[in-house]
Amino acid sequence: MIRLILDGEALVLPEGTSVAAALAASGDDHARSDLAGRPRAPFCGMGICQECRVCIDGRRRLACVTLIREGMKVERTR
Amino acid sequence: MNERLPRECELLIVGAGPAGMAAACAAADHGISVVVIDDNPAPGGQIWRGGPRVNLPPRARALRERFERLPGLRLCSATRVIDAPTPRRLLVEREHDAGVIDYHRLLLCTGARERLLPFPGWTLPGVTGAGGLQALIKGGLTVRGERIAIAGSGPLLLACAATVRAQRGRLVALAEQAPWSELASFTMELWRWPAKLAQAIALASPRYRAASRLIEALGERRLEAVVIESLGERREIACDRLACGFGLVANTELAQLLGCALGERGISVDQHQATSVAGVYAAGECTGPGGSELALIEGRIAGLAAADQYPLAAALSRRRARWQAFAAQLEQHFALDSSRLPPRRATTLVCRCEEVTLGELETHSDWRRAKLASRCGMGACQGRVCAAATAQLFGWPPPPPRPPLSPARIDSLLLGGMKEVQE
Ligand SMILES: Cc1cc2nc3c(=O)[nH]c(=O)nc-3n(C[C@H](O)[C@H](O)[C@H](O)COP(=O)(O)OP(=O)(O)OC[C@H]3O[C@@H](n4cnc5c(N)ncnc54)[C@H](O)[C@@H]3O)c2cc1C
Ligand code: FES
Repeated sequence: MIRLILDGEALVLPEGTSVAAALAASGDDHARSDLAGRPRAPFCGMGICQECRVCIDGRRRLACVTLIREGMKVERTR
Repeated sequence: MNERLPRECELLIVGAGPAGMAAACAAADHGISVVVIDDNPAPGGQIWRGGPRVNLPPRARALRERFERLPGLRLCSATRVIDAPTPRRLLVEREHDAGVIDYHRLLLCTGARERLLPFPGWTLPGVTGAGGLQALIKGGLTVRGERIAIAGSGPLLLACAATVRAQRGRLVALAEQAPWSELASFTMELWRWPAKLAQAIALASPRYRAASRLIEALGERRLEAVVIESLGERREIACDRLACGFGLVANTELAQLLGCALGERGISVDQHQATSVAGVYAAGECTGPGGSELALIEGRIAGLAAADQYPLAAALSRRRARWQAFAAQLEQHFALDSSRLPPRRATTLVCRCEEVTLGELETHSDWRRAKLASRCGMGACQGRVCAAATAQLFGWPPPPPRPPLSPARIDSLLLGGMKEVQE
């Protein structure tokens, strides 16, 4: 099992889980907010649409093609 | 962390899906050293991606094991090709670094993506692509007990429904736009591909409705229901997720950047899977969607051709023709009928990144004008989703891609540019 920090909250999930699945496991699958502040969530699941972009350890990454790592810090983006 | 990126190779393959893996195996059998680049965290492509909820079929596992143990193979996962700065060189980026790789021969196995068409409510969380939901579930998303609607067109809807059932999700709708007559004649043809017939039977679902039209997704901050029209009757169906997709489109951006000619359905290739650019080959769904069997056989042919094993490659051409015929059946029977595509509403967003509506786009005559006036396609996805949609909606030819192929860091881009300056 792997422990990551999502928006300051700890989350423990099986190895091999994608960050996109981790977002959903937190109970709220949104990844970013659009121009009007409405939530957007992973859409294509394959690295094409960029809807799932989040901040991972300080870098902008795609949640759907990134696997969780021990101690990883994930923040939703605006 | 990762070992260093390779600097050069004989054969560079982009894409570790069925086509790329089969090609690498075929080329390595003839002593060619191979580097494979793929942006997913593990090899397998769209169909055989690994993950905590994945039980790969034995055939896929065998190929993946063989692939990963190839002598002379250097596999760079979670690595994305972002540019082709000079001939015989690609610029790639990973989470923590970037680099250029020089190649003697290049094989593009970049696969396909879903055709995702706009409809009211498609930006609500809970709405995903059908293949997208497949991918998310394989990545560990739990759908147990959730009510799931699936709508659009093509066999991927059935594959998605089967995964949902296997994960104990509750399938509340499975709406296909093609009419029963097409589905029936497609099934009638399947005896020619017995494995596909068996698969069709295994995937069959009592929820399957033909000639159905996805109307809209409803919800405030998250999906709450979907409206689907079947046999002239509109029904609102409460659901937690909607998975939608309208067939596949080939990923041709890198090929276009390299100057490869395109055909009607993807990258144009000859009998050896060679593109119009010397030394560049292409195989799998980037040459036209057709399923994993066709991708595998095309990959083998391309790998053999790249290793100059032309007689061995030629011996496989009949098998390729058999699966090309299957691809043609798919295309024919699941052709999109515009009267059964989601209704056009002026307020529907088409460009999800820059939030441009259908109404704003409709006033323009082509993609270029629309883009200049509205910023459509200029956001993070660089038109990957909306250009395929406007091609379907307005018949606008998709725009030629520009580097970087996906958003990249400045330091990576400088690396591509600086190498040029140095020489
Ligand atoms: C989202 C999705 C889900 C699917 N799920 C299923 C399924 O569950 N069952 C089924 O039967 N069929 C599925 N399909 C159909 C499937 O695409 C094919 O059957 C098969 O995977 C095609 O093999 P391929 O090798 O041609 O391409 P793919 O398997 O698509 O492999 C292409 C690979 O290239 C990589 N790539 C592309 N561009 C770049 C780049 N610039 N840099 C680095 N890497 C790159 C991609 O990430 C991918 O890993 C799915 C298709 C999609 C789009
Ligand atoms: S969900 Fe589309 S890029 Fe991640």
